[in-house]
Amino acid sequence: MLKVNDLVVRYGVIEAIKGISFEVDDGEIVTLIGANGAGKTTTMHTISGLLKAYSGSIILDDKDITKVPPHKIVEMGVAQCPERRRVFASQSVEDNLLLGAYTRKDNDGIKKDLDNVYELFPRLLERKEQLAGTLSGGEQQMLAMGRALMAKPKIMLLDEPSMGLSPLLVREIFDIIKDINSQGVTILLVEQNAKMALGIANRAYVIETGKIVMSGSGQELLNSEDIKKAYLGG
Amino acid sequence: MTFLTYLISGLALGSVYAIIALGYTMVYGIAKMLNFAHGDIIMAGGYVAFYAFSRFGLPGGLCIILSILFSTILGVVIERLAYKPLRQASSLSVLITAIGVSYFLENAAQLMFGSDTKIFPTILTDGSLKLFDGQLTISYLTIITIVTCIVIMAGLTSFINKTKIGKAMRACAEDKGAAQLMGININTTISITFAIGSGLAAIAAILLCSTYPSLSPTLGSMPGIKAFTAAVFGGIGSIPGALLGGLLLGIIENLTKAYISTQLSDAIVFTVLIVVLLIKPTGLLGKKENVKV
Repeated sequence: MLKVNDLVVRYGVIEAIKGISFEVDDGEIVTLIGANGAGKTTTMHTISGLLKAYSGSIILDDKDITKVPPHKIVEMGVAQCPERRRVFASQSVEDNLLLGAYTRKDNDGIKKDLDNVYELFPRLLERKEQLAGTLSGGEQQMLAMGRALMAKPKIMLLDEPSMGLSPLLVREIFDIIKDINSQGVTILLVEQNAKMALGIANRAYVIETGKIVMSGSGQELLNSEDIKKAYLGG
Repeated sequence: MTFLTYLISGLALGSVYAIIALGYTMVYGIAKMLNFAHGDIIMAGGYVAFYAFSRFGLPGGLCIILSILFSTILGVVIERLAYKPLRQASSLSVLITAIGVSYFLENAAQLMFGSDTKIFPTILTDGSLKLFDGQLTISYLTIITIVTCIVIMAGLTSFINKTKIGKAMRACAEDKGAAQLMGININTTISITFAIGSGLAAIAAILLCSTYPSLSPTLGSMPGIKAFTAAVFGGIGSIPGALLGGLLLGIIENLTKAYISTQLSDAIVFTVLIVVLLIKPTGLLGKKENVKV
């Protein structure tokens, strides 16, 4: 589904991503784990087109999307739920969700997906008239995920969904990620919470200062001594 | 009764400021830039209406439409040519470019139309309404100006809050990156914003030139600065703020002219602005950033 080949991303002269390659197959949950500043968010933003690749390529279903503008990438089926949620604080929950469906014209389908999102996140239904800025952190995370789902994506990019949430909420969010995946949405998950991410991922890549240093199945990495030491707290 | 007369004409002047201020505030809200060439779009709109009416003898309604069309296109073209290449540049570069565009337009107008002052024709109406046995006279133009402002405000508010494009514009104003992740095309949104602001500038031009019927290449600069002040006064980026700021500015300006001093009126207006900004730096209705992590 998604293939990243030898991607290099620069901020001015600083190389943030130093030639990484990975792929996500249809129906998988793939995670990129790594410390703060490793280049995870930069990778996500480059896939979505918010940042330009310096070299390398990003292929979606055999189409090169490296130079495609961000709004077209959404149209092609890549939705991102960004780091820190970035919900539109001054608009209602429902308007936020409908903005997620901005590129779509199938009104019946949008209505159906809206119901589906409310079913996944009943708390959003309770608060659909409320301004998104007044929601709690956990609810904003749900809103951001629901909003990304509204684009009817083939693949969903999830950037740090656990950030700032209580362990209980993190578990709830990860259960929902599995639900979304079982509805047929491929998932690329970026996380600092390596344990949770590896627990649900089919495959995982470890990224360190802009390079991929290790890869394998989620279970393999969970059992790896190096990973335990570096990311799982011993 | 004379107080009421001054108040009403202040309200009309303020309505014009408010309509112009909308252009500043919307462009600032979405493109995060101060378009100092906005005042000169007013001037362009005025000249188009003047030539269409006085030289080509077209009917008034058509002149107004032509003027709005021309200004709208001019605004969008300026954005595409001068500001779009600077999307990633520092805001100072954009500001300087905007000032440059402003001088360019003024000088181009001088070259094309000459620097002599032209008399703006009566496109709208010159009648007036007499109330209380003729004690209170309100010109139809004043009424048209105030009503136009109300209609524009109501229309724009529902456009921004109810339509899909309006909501996308608000999303861009809040977070451009996140808006792009929704599939919103930022360039289109910015073009629409410039189109609306410039179209409104042409409407303001016709109202302004009908009230003060002299046309010169620098005609837009003073109302432009006043309206910019109004936008900051009300809280730049806020549409109700532009209305409130515009109306207050117009009323204060007119009442000072009537009761205190004609020469000092601008000084007093700007003193009020400074005092307001000292007390409330975001302007009267400016919003505080409310970020939740």
